[in-house]
Amino acid sequence: MIRSIIGQCRRFLSAGIVLAFVIGVAFVAVFNTTMDWTNTEAFCISCHEMKTNYDEYQRTIHYANRGGVKATCPDCHVPEEFAPKMAAKIRASSDLMHNILGTIDTPEKYEARRPAMAQRVWERMKDDDSRECRNCHDANAFDYAAQGYRSVNQHTEGLASGQTCIDCHKGVAHQLPRIDQGVGVSEGISQDIFRPR
Amino acid sequence: MKSRLLVVFRAALLAAALLPVMPVTLPAIAADTGGLATLRGAPIDSASPDSGDALKKAIESTPLERDFTQQPPLVSHAVDNYPVTKNFNKCLDCHSWENYRKEKATKVSQTHFQSAGGQDLANISPRRYFCLQCHVPQVDAKPLVASTYQRPSAR
Repeated sequence: MIRSIIGQCRRFLSAGIVLAFVIGVAFVAVFNTTMDWTNTEAFCISCHEMKTNYDEYQRTIHYANRGGVKATCPDCHVPEEFAPKMAAKIRASSDLMHNILGTIDTPEKYEARRPAMAQRVWERMKDDDSRECRNCHDANAFDYAAQGYRSVNQHTEGLASGQTCIDCHKGVAHQLPRIDQGVGVSEGISQDIFRPR
Repeated sequence: MKSRLLVVFRAALLAAALLPVMPVTLPAIAADTGGLATLRGAPIDSASPDSGDALKKAIESTPLERDFTQQPPLVSHAVDNYPVTKNFNKCLDCHSWENYRKEKATKVSQTHFQSAGGQDLANISPRRYFCLQCHVPQVDAKPLVASTYQRPSAR
């Protein structure tokens, strides 16, 4: 009697373990597929709002270059590591709300918010020591013999003083917001924020 | 009889439809350009010639000597992907009076601080904003048209 109950429990337990395993595998598969799908360029530009910045990006070296090696949206905007990636995905979900609200659905609205949007990305990249840049551009692999003398000076001095890629390389994939360079009307983001020296 | 005619008609239609895709050797038609030549000096349908290669790379060294007084100095480096837009001027990022010392760059001439009305400004006049209108990257460009002009030093 007791033996048969134990046997039934065992059978039930092993069936449960197998079921949990199958569900787990299925969950991971669906989760990864969804994550990969939301990390494609086609997904990013499926919203009307992304047209402006995508058009700008297509005119930069990160889209069109001699060898045709591209950095697409997620290469710069989505971290590769799991935890930061999930954080980025959760942050990006607010885009859905702004899509419905129409926050940047006209060129005028887009330009009005460009300084704030640009500065948010600059700040994040500085906080992360330009992690997404460095996924491709490894400063340790720089061939200073192949770089121009100006690049060599800037890179060696900048990297030695603890500067990070985004400190100098802003606007490499999208148009810059107005920077206050003191010519004509004084307006826009201050040079100290744009280019800390 | 009627059905046979239809078959012949269909075959003719099919042949006509296939004509453009069939490998038919047509006599080459010489392009009549009416004596016009392309700027790059090669027929319009030919692969790009190498005549533009010298213009692709700026000579990165000290600025080349100026050929006449009042000639705007040449840019001694490449300016590819340097934006000069209403939002931002990449040249001023190094060459402005605010930044030139830190960047060890040439400073903008003070003649550029004068407004159209002759007023001296504290910074570059908006009319001088588009640097590349006058200052161009120095490249190994051969004259497109023959000229008898000589540098003052070579006269």
